[in-house]
Parts: sequence; C-alpha cells; structure tokens
Amino acid sequence: MGLFARTVFWQRIGAAGIALMLLAAAMAFATSIGETSIPIKTVIDALANHVFGTTHPVDAIDAGIIWNYRLSRAVVAASCGAGLAVSGVVLQALLRNSLADPYLLGISAGASTGAVSVVILGLGGGMLSLSMGAFAGALVAFVFVSLLALQAGRCPGAIILAGIAGSQMFNALTSFIVTKSANAEQARGIMFWLLGSLSGVRWPDAALAVPVIGAGLLVCLCYARALDAFTFGRESAASLGIPVRRVHVLLIGTSALMTAVMVSIVGSIGFVGLVIPHAARFFVGVRHGLLLPLAALIGALFLVGADVVSRIILPGQVVPIGVVTALVGAPAFALILCHRRVLR
Amino acid sequence: MSLELVDVTWMAGYRKIIHDVSLKVRPGEFLGLIGPNGSGKTSLMSILAGVRRPLRGKALMGGMEMHKMGRRKLAQNIGFVEQQADTTDRLTVREAVSLGRIPYLSLLSPWSSRDDEQVARALLDVDMADMAGRYWQTLSGGEKQRVHIARALAQEPKFLLLDEPTNHLDVRHQLGLLELVRALKVTAVAALHDLNHAALFCDRIAVMSEGQLVAVGTPAEILTPALLQDVFGVTAVVEQDMQGKCHIRYAVSEKQMPGA
Repeated sequence: MGLFARTVFWQRIGAAGIALMLLAAAMAFATSIGETSIPIKTVIDALANHVFGTTHPVDAIDAGIIWNYRLSRAVVAASCGAGLAVSGVVLQALLRNSLADPYLLGISAGASTGAVSVVILGLGGGMLSLSMGAFAGALVAFVFVSLLALQAGRCPGAIILAGIAGSQMFNALTSFIVTKSANAEQARGIMFWLLGSLSGVRWPDAALAVPVIGAGLLVCLCYARALDAFTFGRESAASLGIPVRRVHVLLIGTSALMTAVMVSIVGSIGFVGLVIPHAARFFVGVRHGLLLPLAALIGALFLVGADVVSRIILPGQVVPIGVVTALVGAPAFALILCHRRVLR
Repeated sequence: MSLELVDVTWMAGYRKIIHDVSLKVRPGEFLGLIGPNGSGKTSLMSILAGVRRPLRGKALMGGMEMHKMGRRKLAQNIGFVEQQADTTDRLTVREAVSLGRIPYLSLLSPWSSRDDEQVARALLDVDMADMAGRYWQTLSGGEKQRVHIARALAQEPKFLLLDEPTNHLDVRHQLGLLELVRALKVTAVAALHDLNHAALFCDRIAVMSEGQLVAVGTPAEILTPALLQDVFGVTAVVEQDMQGKCHIRYAVSEKQMPGA
C-alpha cells in the first residue's frame, strides 16, 4: 500500500469512528428523552449494566424503560433511517431519476393493502400479524410492479410508470377495504400506521431490522463503483464493464427487500428516502463510495431525531413520525436547496 | 488486435435493424460509418462496442466472441462514446473522466496513483487538463464531448468507438474534435453524418443503408455520385484535390433554392 492509499485508509477509519460516535451519542440522547426524562448518566449506567454486566445502581423502572422501550426504538429508528436513505440513493442512481424513492416500487402501497387485509379482513385467521401481512403485501406489490416493468420494456421510465400504476392500484384496494369493512377505531389505527409509527417497537423488531439492513447496506457498498458507472446512463455503464441487468436486479431487489422489512415494522415513513440522498449529495458529491455511507449516517441521525420530536412535540401524545419527518425535513431541505443555488 | 462482425443480425421487437452485416476493423485505422437516418448506424456501433449482443452472427475481438469475454475485459479494450450521454449529477470534469477507470478497479484493487496518472493523461490528450475542476453543467457541448472522449481514453482502450460525436457542435469544434481523434494512437470507428468530414478524416468508410452494409472502402472508392444518389437520394458532384482528398458539392434543384 502506498503512502497515499494508507492515508486514505486511516482517514476512512477515522471518519467511520466519528460517524459511529455521533450515532451512539444521538441514540443515547434519544433514549434519555421522553415522557419521563432520564439523565444521560443513568442511561449510560443502565446500558453498561446490560452490556458489560457492571452493577451501577439504577432504578429498576428506569432501567426497564431505557432498555426495553427506548433503546430498542432508537436502534430501529437508526437502522430504518439508514436503510431508507441508502435505498433512495440506489434507486435514484439506477433509474437516473432524482424523484425516485424506496416507495416508488409499490412497496408501501402493497404493504398497506397487506396490513389492512390482515387487520380488517382477518386474512390468515389470526395466524398472521400486521407486520407479516404488510411484508407479504409489499413483496406481492413489488413482484407485480417488476413484472409490469419487464412487460413494458425494462427501461428506467418503464419501472417508474409501472411503480405508479402499482401504487395507485394497491392504494385504491386499501381505501376500498377500509371504506367497506373498517370501523372508526380500525381506520384510525391503520391511518396511524400508514404514516409511520415507532410505537410498540421492541427488541425482536430490532433483531430483524439490524441484520437485514446491515446486510443490505453492505451489498450496496460493494456495488458503489457500479452505481458510479450509471452516471451517464445504462449504455454508458455497460461500456464501462458493468453487467447492467445483473446489477439492476440485485440492487433493486436488495432495496425492495430492505424497504419491505422496514415498512412491515414501522409503516411507510415518507420523505427520508427521497430527500436524505439529495442532502448527502450536497455534502460529498456524487461518488457512491462516500455518498452511501454518509446518506446512511444522515438518514439514521435524522430518523432518531425525528422520533424524539414526535414524542415530545405534543405533550402526552405521539405524532406519527412520517408527519414529523416531512414537517421538519421539508424546510430543512428547502434551506439546503437555496444554499446550493448560491454556491453554484 | 482486430474488431470484427460476422453475419450479424439484430432486431428490435419484430423489426430487423441490422441485417447480415460483416465488417472488419483494421488495427490503427480510422473507420467512418455513414448512412442515412435510421439505417442502423447506432445499433451497429453498440454491437461493435459489445454493449449489445447480436441476435445472429458473431461479434469478435481479437478472434474471440465478445459475449464470452466478460464485460470488464471488453471495457479494458473498447472505449465507447455514445450519442449525447448527459447527466443531471453535479460532478466535475475530473470525476467524469475517472469513471473510465472503473473497469480496472475492484474491492481488491482500489484507486491508486496509476489511476490518477491515466486520468491526467486522458485529460491532457483532449486538452482539458486546465478544466479538470469545472462542473459538468458549466461545459459547452464541445467540451462535454471531449470529456466523454477523455473518459473513454482513461479506459486505455485499443479501440475508440464514437457514435455521431460531432452532433450539435459548431463547425470549428466539429473539425477540432475529428482532428483530435485522428491524432490519437488508437483504432477509431466513428458514425458520422457529414460526408465531407468522413472524406477528410477517415482512412476507410463503411456505408449502411436500411440495416445492410452496402460498401466499404477508401473515401475515393466509396464517395461516388452514383452511391450518394443511391443511398442518400442526393445529387452531388465529387471532386478530388491534389492530395487525393474528396470534396462533395451537393446540387440542389432550382425550386428549392432560396428566392426561387
């Protein structure tokens, strides 16, 4: 390894370390805030007791809240934020469309249809949970959209149009089922879930989200250069030695799977997958080797922060996190956009 | 090493775009591909570049079938500049040219100083070294096209394929670009619209018409009034200068003349 390469290597290790520390700090902060505020020191003591087996004196109720409720929630928020942002980067790069987001492939629409089928129609006879129904619905919708796109000619435009058609159809199905069969209570519950919700998230959810999204991020990172090659379109990527179809299938499939898992756990949280990629591009440019990890970091921090806001903005009430991501995120993004124009 | 098509046929849906084309690109030459709109030039270029696989027949590089060689290997030998490839991404000239190193990079062989050298050399070759930091969106059409060529050159190709590289450029930049390609030490194939440019710069010219290759030869052999009438449907006078270069003057019928 030359001197230059070695410097770059250590710079990257350093950057990764700083990123992880930032994330840990954000999660500790998120864990300490809520209906009952818990000092950071107590949070750290409780975590140390759990992870390293130390015996710091911590109130048992506090310890329970920290470990069972808030930390699992922060971990899921961080992984979903990272997953959504990375899926957004990947789809925007492959489809050459800056409006592409992870829900473009009909995934959130299909998930909602699956969820209402289970909750309202009672599909699966009580054997299926809402999450499992949502996951199944997401996959069905993705397969439907993919087949439609293949029939329509494989170009990026075809995938986007097929996604719109699929989303509209599954959304209409959801509305139909809700209108026909739901009582007011059920409708409200579904509505809440559709806007995204981290309430009720526990460790088993984290145990599903972390490995799936971790593996997904790794796959996308391995293909960072292939994503760069799509800068000037598919033909150009092919002439740079990229097996275009294989990369398309693998990476779109990976984002779809990550998104389906996320939607089944937390509902469809909008905005993150569409806008965080653009925000990350503003900081590090368009090279995916840097862009993917940074988008993951910003996405994770953003969703952890949005979750905190959603819990404290209305006293005694939790606002759907999708509402917060858009309410806070849209103005922030507007600022970045205007700033960028000045820089140009 | 040579680039060769043997009885190549290619279809889009049920429509035959390329029909039994055989063509051999000789090492070191500048081959021009001419033909009217819709004659299959672009499709033929992407088959030659190995981006598309022929439906029937063979596309060979150095005697080996291209689709059996693997994309990376092809990309290390063939640089391809498509018609009007553009992007909305905010990247610099150097970043755009660096894309040309992708065929040489992998997890085990990351970016090295050799890649930096190749990018710098490619930028020098197209005379864009002093603009390396400029953003893509701020470039003129001619500059963008030169960056594309630099990106292809960064692939260290033996063959440089260009699909209508002079489209949308003004006359000075058209000539400049073709002079640049001519001066490069690679085998070049370019689809060209302007027949005079083909006559001026190319060693040989291949003529496409309705998906078929109707003639291949030196400009003097190919550019005859009869062929121009046949393939392009125009009446023209072909003159040869002292160096044997052809010049084409088009005859326009009276009623199409301005003021007639």
